[in-house]
Amino acid sequence: MKKLPDVSEDEISARAARLQDEAEHSGYHLNPDVSVTRHLVRGLIANEKRYGYQACPCRCAGGRKEDDLDIICPCNYRDPDLAEYGACYCALYVSDRIAGGLAEAAPIPERRPPGSERSESIYRQENAVPSALPYPVLRCPVCGYLCARDAPPEHCPICHAMGERFRKLF
Amino acid sequence: MEFERIEGADRGRIVLYALSTCQWCRRTKELLSELGVAFSYIYVDLLEEDEMKGVIDDVTKYNPRGSFPVIRIGDKVIVGFHEEEIREALA
Ligand code: SF4
Repeated sequence: MKKLPDVSEDEISARAARLQDEAEHSGYHLNPDVSVTRHLVRGLIANEKRYGYQACPCRCAGGRKEDDLDIICPCNYRDPDLAEYGACYCALYVSDRIAGGLAEAAPIPERRPPGSERSESIYRQENAVPSALPYPVLRCPVCGYLCARDAPPEHCPICHAMGERFRKLF
Repeated sequence: MEFERIEGADRGRIVLYALSTCQWCRRTKELLSELGVAFSYIYVDLLEEDEMKGVIDDVTKYNPRGSFPVIRIGDKVIVGFHEEEIREALA
């Protein structure tokens, strides 16, 4: 059996603080239950060390980035899950209500399609760019941010997802 | 296959398929320990590639969605940390 890469308490504190800042800055909240948040942040850092990208701690990453683009944290499923259940699948990100202590995060169903159904819906790029548009419209798969430019920004300015996850909308 | 065994009261075959980084998996393992039952568990993300494939195929049989944790209690399969369901299955 392999060993999970070591992650120090200091690394966890630093990353948790950064994620907390970024989340609050963009109108999101981390789970106020510190033991849950730290466990998940440890997983994110460990995944970054073993896979090279911060794959979702509660999903089984395959280790091939192209196949896991949709579950790099924050995943494509975070915002729909926040809207429907008040928490992301791991319960790292939670709604105002849960962040405010008015409700507790509970386990929710998995929204990510199973491997056999994943390719078409998630990885397809629209290639038909109407000629009337001077620029293609690109969409962030995490938060839905749209921009009209030839290439995506390095990181989504709204939710910080990496630019290579953007997909052409039209 | 490298299942870890936790000793406890014998309530039949209890198997937990988990990911080492997943908090719902951790909560599930803690619950089973708290209930004091004997069980086996495996961290699928820590398996070598060839072994992982086989175990994931097994997990997909019990849970086509392929999500974790998957808990087998005798013939019953519970997907996710559903505390009440797990407690009931072991009551
Ligand atoms: S946002 Fe998605 S990837 Fe990140 S912790 Fe939550 S469920 Fe996992």
